[in-house]
Amino acid sequence: MGILDIYLPIAAVSLDVVGLLLLGTAVGVLSGVFGVGGGFLLTPLLILIGVPPAVAVASSANQLVGASVSGALAHWRRGNLDFVMAGLMLVGGLAGSVFGIWLFTLLRRSGQIELFISLAYAALLLSLGSLMLVESMHSWMIRRRTGTTRKLHQHNWLHGLPFKMRFRRSKLYISALLPLTLGFLVGVLSAVMGVGGGFIMVPAMIYILGMPTSVVPGTSLFQIIFVTAAVTVLQAVTNNTVDVVLAAVLLLGGVIGAQLGSRWGSKLRGEELRALLAVIVLLVAAKLVFDLTVRPDNLFSIVSEDL
Amino acid sequence: MKRWLPAALLLFVALPARAEQPLLADLTSHLIAITTGFTGASVVLFGATDGPGDIIVIVRGPQHDVVVRQKHHLAGIWINAHNVAFTNVPSYYATFSSKTLDQIAPPDVQALHQVGIANLRFDPRDAATPANEVALFRSALVDDARATGVFSDVPGSVSFLGDRLFRATVAFPANVPTGTYLVEVLLVRNGIVVSGQTTPLVISEIGLDADLSEFASRYALLYGIAAVAGAALLGWLSSLPFRNA
Repeated sequence: MGILDIYLPIAAVSLDVVGLLLLGTAVGVLSGVFGVGGGFLLTPLLILIGVPPAVAVASSANQLVGASVSGALAHWRRGNLDFVMAGLMLVGGLAGSVFGIWLFTLLRRSGQIELFISLAYAALLLSLGSLMLVESMHSWMIRRRTGTTRKLHQHNWLHGLPFKMRFRRSKLYISALLPLTLGFLVGVLSAVMGVGGGFIMVPAMIYILGMPTSVVPGTSLFQIIFVTAAVTVLQAVTNNTVDVVLAAVLLLGGVIGAQLGSRWGSKLRGEELRALLAVIVLLVAAKLVFDLTVRPDNLFSIVSEDL
Repeated sequence: MKRWLPAALLLFVALPARAEQPLLADLTSHLIAITTGFTGASVVLFGATDGPGDIIVIVRGPQHDVVVRQKHHLAGIWINAHNVAFTNVPSYYATFSSKTLDQIAPPDVQALHQVGIANLRFDPRDAATPANEVALFRSALVDDARATGVFSDVPGSVSFLGDRLFRATVAFPANVPTGTYLVEVLLVRNGIVVSGQTTPLVISEIGLDADLSEFASRYALLYGIAAVAGAALLGWLSSLPFRNA
């Protein structure tokens, strides 16, 4: 029981409005600073405060639509959005999520999909987080010593691929296949793991595509809009689990957070931003590993089959 | 004289009725409306008996299927290794009684009428599940339901006014499931159930919330698209004040 309770019609529970607003704001700041959707944090937190898991997943997707519109607009006004790059990744992403949903059904039929997801997730986040942390610390030290930063991406075989295109905003001349493939892979991941994929997308854009850190959050948020919109509609149609009241309350906090976040984010240096993101990614990974290896308080979990 | 007529009429009607019926009970309201500010609700149950005895009130919510999963330690990690599915589990179950259930009725009578959480019957979906396993998973389910407040036994919550009139406050928590409930009132005398009466109670969402959830299930696609459009609009609107910053 909180200060001011509100009844959520689809979730069918009453929760404290102030708490929900604060939660929305915190996640919004994260999304504004890094260009990650924040779904990977919001969903488990909602479940923790008593929202049924299916409703939590679907409603965070709905709130992320609004939060990413707000964040993407803020970045676009500062000229930090590469539409061409985002469009290509989006095409790849849509194809990837269709394939991902097919893969999901296949995996579920074989049993133990949750375990597979948790393990794959933990491995991915651990390696991603440590690589980023090491890299950002390294370039931060170089800057302190010499006052300049070295080129972020090295030229390798990836830059020899055909169908080269010029991406003006990102100051890149690379193959169109790269953003297409990256979008596809993230699409598969988000369909299988049930998250927007921003925190996998953002490091990949920085390290694999070699995009300038300033352009990454806006571009990432732009396509998160479409991914989460698709998820919201799909969830509403197949499961009836989108709670618009919950989403709206979270969003009110979220949009304010996103605006603040995108402002703070543009004040941070590239490597500081990357180091912070690395720490968050590692924290999520640690939480996953913790959940898998520590004996739970209650060995039993109870699930109603009607929802 | 006119003023006495209804009372006299009531007595006239009630007297023969009481002669046939040892137990009469009703709720002050047969509908609990869940609205935006809902934080739980209670209704008063009142009634009369034809003599001394004990009252047990059993409230049951709509039934559903429940899966109970158990985690096992395997190669250093905890995974859901085992599960038992139960069918026809009440989504809400509570007893209210004038004394403790054991003081009112012997175990066999309690079991027969499914009085008390311990005597609540629901079966595993797979009839071949070993009995000890059923017992283990059942107790996990019951513990969880008790903790969330959807299963409860409240002894001493039915009070008598004299020998024949009784009342009980039936309280529901904020997370009460919606649907049609059955309120069963039992009159127990010397350990034997002498009379019973069942009254329905509807718990439903009312007003804007109900319209919303009905719309969400009936026009799911439209609802989904509206949810996306609304969120996008809110996102755009909110970014306007920050435009020139």
